[in-house]
This record gives sequence, C-alpha cells and structure tokens, in this order.
Amino acid sequence: MFVIIVGGGKVGYYLTKELLAAGHELVLLEKDGRRAQQIADEVGSIVLQRDGCEGKHLAEAGANRAAIVAAVTGDDEDNLVVCQVAKHHFAVPRTIARVNNPRNEALFRHLGVDEIISPTRMALAAIEQDIPVHELLHLAQLEGGNLEVLEAQIAEGSPAVGRRPGDISLPDGCSVIVIIRGEQVQTIRPDTIFQAGDKVLAISRTDCEVQLHRELIGEPAAEAVG
Amino acid sequence: MRAFIVGCGRVGAGLAERLARAGHDVTIVDITAESFGRLEPDFPGRALRGDGTDEDVLRRAGAEGADVFFALTEGDNRNILTAQLAAESLSVPRVVAKINDPVRAEAYAALGIATLCRTLLLVDALAVYSGLPSDPSVGGVSLPTGHHPGGDHEPAAVPAEA
Repeated sequence: MFVIIVGGGKVGYYLTKELLAAGHELVLLEKDGRRAQQIADEVGSIVLQRDGCEGKHLAEAGANRAAIVAAVTGDDEDNLVVCQVAKHHFAVPRTIARVNNPRNEALFRHLGVDEIISPTRMALAAIEQDIPVHELLHLAQLEGGNLEVLEAQIAEGSPAVGRRPGDISLPDGCSVIVIIRGEQVQTIRPDTIFQAGDKVLAISRTDCEVQLHRELIGEPAAEAVG
Repeated sequence: MRAFIVGCGRVGAGLAERLARAGHDVTIVDITAESFGRLEPDFPGRALRGDGTDEDVLRRAGAEGADVFFALTEGDNRNILTAQLAAESLSVPRVVAKINDPVRAEAYAALGIATLCRTLLLVDALAVYSGLPSDPSVGGVSLPTGHHPGGDHEPAAVPAEA
C-alpha cells in the first residue's frame, strides 16, 4: 500500500520506520531541511524536503495514487490543510490527521477527514479510566468543608465485595447513601450485598476518609492519603 | 454590524480601527497582548488576548453571534482553520480568510471560503502602476466559487492546477 506521511517529528519518524518494516511503500514530507536530511540518512531517499500543505508538493510525492495520506505534524491547522487538499484535490481515499486540541476533532470529521488520532484524548481517557478505580472521587463539600460527598468504585478484590453494609465497620462520621449499579440507583438496605463495579456514594467527615477508603476500596496507596 | 477579527497585525488592527470608528461593534483577538499596541489607546472596540484557532476561546469571546468574521493572522493555515471553525461550528454567515499563497487561496475559494490574497493584490497593483491592464479576477475579496464540503455535501470541484 502506498502511504504519504506529512510531518517528520517523533510521530512521523516512528510511523515511517514501522510502515517500512511492515513492507509498505511510502514517502515522507518534512519541510525542515535538517530534520529531513537526518531522517533520510537513516531510512533512505523516501524523504522529500517539502511543505506538505502545498498541493504541488503533494503531487510531486505521488498523491494521485496514494491510498492513505497521514498528516502528523504538531500543528492542527497544518494537518487539516494537508488532509483537505489530499481529499478534495487528489481524491485520496483515506486521510488521517493528528489532532492536538480535542475540541478540533468534531470539526475535522465534519470537514471530511476520515480518521482522527488524538494523543491528548487518548491520554485523557487513560487517566479518567484510572482514577476512579483507585481513588475516592470528591464530588462536593458540605458544612464549610467538614463533610464531603464521595464516590467510591468497588473493584474486583476490594474488601467490600460480597459483604453487607452491617459487615463493614464504618467510622461514626461516615454514611453510605446509595449504590449506582449499572445505570440504576439503589438505596442501601441491610441485605444489600456490595459487588465489583458498584459505585458507592457516601458522606464522610474529612478525617474519616482514610478509613472509608480502607473499608470500601482497600488500603490507600501512599499518595492517595491526604 | 458585529464584526469579529482574529489577528491584530497591521491589517487586523487597521480594519478593527476603521470598523469600530464607523460605529460597528468590533471584537479583535490575538494570541499576544503586545499586538494590541497597534491599536490606538482610545480604540472603541474590544481587544481580547487568546488563541483564535481554539473554538472555546472564540465562543467565550462572543464570535458565535458575529455578522462577519475576518481571519487575518500571519499564518495561511491558521486562517484556514479559524475561518472554517467560524463558518461550520459557529455558523457565522460571512467569513473571510487572508490566504497569501495564491494556490491555496483559489483552492479554498472553491471549498466555499471567501478569501483575500495579498500576493495577488500587490502583483496586480504594481502591474497596473507599470502600465498593464488590471487583472479582472483580482477584485479584493474573492467570493466562494464552490460550496463548503462539510457534513454530507459532495466535495466541491477544485481547479486542476494546485
């Protein structure tokens, strides 16, 4: 498959090496002369020192017969222009843009870019997925900051799994309110049994938070305390 | 009229002054505060610092309700991005992008963006000064020659030479 890559930064460089190793035919466009030479010294004459935003340079690279154009520079505006020129001028079947500002994703799709790679969004998703599993989420403060509304996610292996509210020794300053199981809200009754995947909403005095963490989620990691 | 300008260079600042002093409601955005030194101290509009290619910044600055939007930064591609944001995401009815590369200007006019190409304007003015006839295709802002290919529209035809 013939691929044109625009942008010889870290992403473009490693992408080039991986695709070459997988046996694809490709051309890399990099406008900075030194960077282009540096990569050419390593991978050979498939590097053109050109600005891929310009139609004539894409033509020179063979955009007419490219199956894919991937624009992976560090600038969203350049990546958009490369993909639009590739799509509308050279009818490239598949255009891929790296998008750094997540708010640009919808616009780029709307403007006809086929595939969006968003490093920011990927890191964000990984972080957001990670935090609730290991931490108490602080949802709100009450009574001038002495009380907090917290969300605890019960994970596989949490000490609360399989136990009833009465089996858990919560400190006096704590009260569990409801469970969110799937998308359903359930009130907590004496015969409720905690399951992995439950989200438990609780109100706690700030000084009881560590014990709540210990009972519902497990021993807090050092950095999770305080 | 509510006018929104991105880029407070010489062109952006000059246009902001003209429109604001003619009584229009003008907002101008630039990524560096120093650029606003090009405005008169008693500039009768709003000057806001922010990244004019960021949709959130444009919304907070009130670009959504603008009647006309000018993308006048020093970067052709930045102007292309912000102009398309204004037209597609913020539904501004009239959008002009300054695109100094004549080839790109023509291509984006075909994609439905009104463009202004300084290169062509200067070339034509100097050719006329030298005694040549003016090129009729260079008439200030070039109105779109095609439709914007957003959403489900068919891609517009683009001139063969790019």
